[in-house]
Amino acid sequence: MAYKTSDKVFDVFINVITLICVILCLFPVLNVVAVSLSSNSAILASKVFVWPVGLNFESYKAIVKDSTMIWSLVYTVIITLAYTVIGMFLTICAAYPLTKKRLKGRNAIMLMIIFTMYFSGGLIPDYMLVKNLHMLDSSWSLILPGVLSAFNLIVLKTFFTTLPESLEESAILDGCNDIGVLFKIVLPLSKPVLATLSLFYAVGKWNSFMDALFYITDTKLYPLQLKLYQIIVNSQTVDASIGDGNISQNLLPESLKAACVVFATLPIVLVYPKLQKYFVSGIMIGAVKG
Amino acid sequence: MGKTNTAVSKALPNKISKKGFGYYLNRDKYLYLLLVLPVAYFILFKYVPMYGIVIAFKEYNIFQGVFASPWIGLDAFREVFRSDDFYRALKNTFLLNGFDMIFGFPAPIILAIIINEVKSVRYKRISQTMLYLPHFLSWVIIGGIALQIFAPNFGMIDTIIKSMGFKTIPFLTEKWHWLATYTGIGIWQSAGWGMIIYLAAITGIPSELYEAADVDGAGRLRKIWSITLPAIKPTIIILFILNIGKISMIGFDRPYILGNQQVKDFSDVISTYVYRVGLQSSRYNIATAVGLFQSVVGLVFLSVTNWIANKSGEQGIW
Repeated sequence: MAYKTSDKVFDVFINVITLICVILCLFPVLNVVAVSLSSNSAILASKVFVWPVGLNFESYKAIVKDSTMIWSLVYTVIITLAYTVIGMFLTICAAYPLTKKRLKGRNAIMLMIIFTMYFSGGLIPDYMLVKNLHMLDSSWSLILPGVLSAFNLIVLKTFFTTLPESLEESAILDGCNDIGVLFKIVLPLSKPVLATLSLFYAVGKWNSFMDALFYITDTKLYPLQLKLYQIIVNSQTVDASIGDGNISQNLLPESLKAACVVFATLPIVLVYPKLQKYFVSGIMIGAVKG
Repeated sequence: MGKTNTAVSKALPNKISKKGFGYYLNRDKYLYLLLVLPVAYFILFKYVPMYGIVIAFKEYNIFQGVFASPWIGLDAFREVFRSDDFYRALKNTFLLNGFDMIFGFPAPIILAIIINEVKSVRYKRISQTMLYLPHFLSWVIIGGIALQIFAPNFGMIDTIIKSMGFKTIPFLTEKWHWLATYTGIGIWQSAGWGMIIYLAAITGIPSELYEAADVDGAGRLRKIWSITLPAIKPTIIILFILNIGKISMIGFDRPYILGNQQVKDFSDVISTYVYRVGLQSSRYNIATAVGLFQSVVGLVFLSVTNWIANKSGEQGIW
């Protein structure tokens, strides 16, 4: 087929537009990284765009020296892991039986679950429940209240229905019960979608800020996002260790805040490319019938 | 009358199906076993709080608890509907969501069409990866980035504007500028992710259509206009309808983190209002009433728009 000049022009045009979109997406992030790594004089002189000027690691040193920041990171990792594991367990437990047409009461349970996606008690009743369960100022308040997502459940259920039934039938003939079928046949076939949903759970928890703001007052139990909010938006200083030594005198708040942003984003940026190939297909499965 | 009824209802299950519920419970015991914890979760964490809605109709007293607190009927609602702050929060919720609809809704569609035209598979994949990325950043992080690049004097944007000889712009401290910034940041965060569903729809278009258009001598723009757009029209319509259904609902993080004292005329929305009145001022019944109002209005909006979606021949959400 003839490759027309107008087509060539169009291709160049499209590639340029795409590049601009990508640059717009990345520039703000790169700017923050650059500021976190730049020298104070360069920042104050507005010389920093997307490349560090006058390389300087003082902000990161301050963060690493601040034991509360490190603890907050470790604590958030633990919370995120617990949340993801419990969430995935419950999602699998719910999604599999609900794919079985023979199951009595399946539609009623499905309806009950879907209704919660559109109507809820609201903030105060939720808060009261957490309070009455004595989970205020406890890590459980960050894990349990939202641990099972109806959306993820529907995505997984939709995926399960696409698996060939004959495989399950033959396993049952071989003497497997329903739980055996689930673990030996269904789950091994569902790795991509399980990875996707785990990513959704983990990112959701890693990024969540609202529940901590509502339920946690003890600074020792602050997850990373809440701690970050205090530092970045409310301009509280990174803790104790900054007060002493010679680092503090020449540390700019802008540089420190930028370093905190990078510090909290790094784990996601590291995990995300590895899972990318999964979640696109995962979200599409969900989108077909959400 | 009563006797025959009970007799019939006793006889019926046996006649229609010889097996009672106990039979199915036994046959599918493992499936039911799997469901126990998830169902318990939904009851405890979703349905029990729905009972807490009664707080809206009570003079909630922390020492008496929900049960013993006296009923006050609709007094809390009367107070809510007399409060200017409530109307401001309601107006702002519609305002911010309206701006997201007008400017944010088309963005992923345009982006999907552009990305779909990229020939190089590798370039396409890399750009997609980059475009999804903002969706995975928390609002606290995005707020931190925004505060930095929009910072007056040495923020990146201000530096660029000044170097071009213009005056600085109060992106985050003047309400109309804030509204534009809020909307822009929303597009930045979600357009890439939103495009996935449109790309999926575009992937489903049979390639014969494009080949036939090639034979007819159609150019690239012509093909976008006459094939791609009509093919994704159902997806656009359904997502648009669903977005309208959610116009009264607003998340907490984004307005709370991006908002500040200078722009609260625009940044105070229902979700932040409920937090302020409820948890910060401990006026539980007022905040619950506002929450209930929002839930009911939201449900009505969703039901109506879903009904419209189904009527218009599209598949709704239920």
